[in-house]
Amino acid sequence: MEESTYTFLLRLGDDSLILGQRLSEWCGHGPILEEDIAMTNIALDLIGQATNIYTYAAGLTPDFNDADALAFLRFEHQYLNAILVEQPNGNFADTLVRQFFFDAFRVPLFEHLQDSKDTSLAAIAEKSLKESRYHLKHSSEWVIRLGDGTELSHERAQLAVFDLWRYTQELFHMDTAEQKLLAQDIAPNLENLRGIWLETVETVMEKATLKLPTNQGFFGAGRLGRHSEHMGYILAQMQYMQRAYPGMEW
Amino acid sequence: MVTKDFLLTILSEVKDPEVPVLSILDLGILRDVNFEKDEWSIVITPTYSGCPAMHTIEAEIHATLKKYQVDTYSISTVLSPAWTTDWITEEGKQKLEAYGIAPPVDEVDKRVLFSTPTVVPCPLCKSELTKMISQFGSTACKAHYQCLTCKEPFDYFKCLR
Ligand SMILES: [Zn+2]
Repeated sequence: MEESTYTFLLRLGDDSLILGQRLSEWCGHGPILEEDIAMTNIALDLIGQATNIYTYAAGLTPDFNDADALAFLRFEHQYLNAILVEQPNGNFADTLVRQFFFDAFRVPLFEHLQDSKDTSLAAIAEKSLKESRYHLKHSSEWVIRLGDGTELSHERAQLAVFDLWRYTQELFHMDTAEQKLLAQDIAPNLENLRGIWLETVETVMEKATLKLPTNQGFFGAGRLGRHSEHMGYILAQMQYMQRAYPGMEW
Repeated sequence: MVTKDFLLTILSEVKDPEVPVLSILDLGILRDVNFEKDEWSIVITPTYSGCPAMHTIEAEIHATLKKYQVDTYSISTVLSPAWTTDWITEEGKQKLEAYGIAPPVDEVDKRVLFSTPTVVPCPLCKSELTKMISQFGSTACKAHYQCLTCKEPFDYFKCLR
């Protein structure tokens, strides 16, 4: 049981950490000051969520002492985030569409997890949900503003939707760990979340005058530790200090 | 002798570094102070998951207790029940406004997407003609507003529920 929980926690925490790391790349590069601040604030929330999740996970494994060790000292194949969150920031529309697809998934996920039989996980979800709702409001409003905006912003938002859609399928995959946790009322059935997610996505796409692709996308294997070419570069930057100066603090 | 009242009094000296008029009691970050087994147990909770002020606050608690020579204690963090802006005391809300930060007002449920932004009165001239500039302000807990009457920009301590 603990092993399934541990795996599930890594999937949850790695999504937060890697997207948080990606968003923080915008720091100092936002299109306007307010958005620069918004994206770094969201990054902070996500990294904070990852810290809470890893702190719990570190107690379930003899391999890593604490949250920092889990964040900084694993190899690429040991990270279990979805491939969606490691995709490059691209332009502002790419970042916001990626964020929107993710937020629309996390809100119902945390809504279910706050009733988890695992009280530690429920507490983390209860806390994170309040933040994710703010994130979803922010990202959905931007997707609408860009989609239903100028010719150029519409074109870029539409391309972002076509480009990132293929990675969304993976979010709802029920692997062995999720199956076991579902049987114990610890985690919800992710496949059932897909309908809720799609409803949010379709509502926003309609307001944004954007179209969804008709294909399903492919099954990514990030949840199993097999990542896209971008992952190694993220880790190289993120882990550099801890690898070069083990145990360093500031 | 160290009593709970004494601890609460000295802990009210610990302020939020980002809103230095509010103590951890005003903010509702201090959850519990209790004598358990042979030491004082001090329980705190974060406002936002990634709130960077939590480290400073914990260090401040250590420093304050040291100053008053309290040394048998432990500090722990809890997440549940999750902090919301309802934990801020009435006194805390008044202090916020006097400091120039609009205190949280009742907002429509976050589950509703596309709601119109809440009316947040200007903390300086009290005008209700204000507009939201950004949902994310100078810190995670604040949104950025501008008053359309006196033209001043101001922070709004956003409602979290
Ligand atoms: Zn004013």
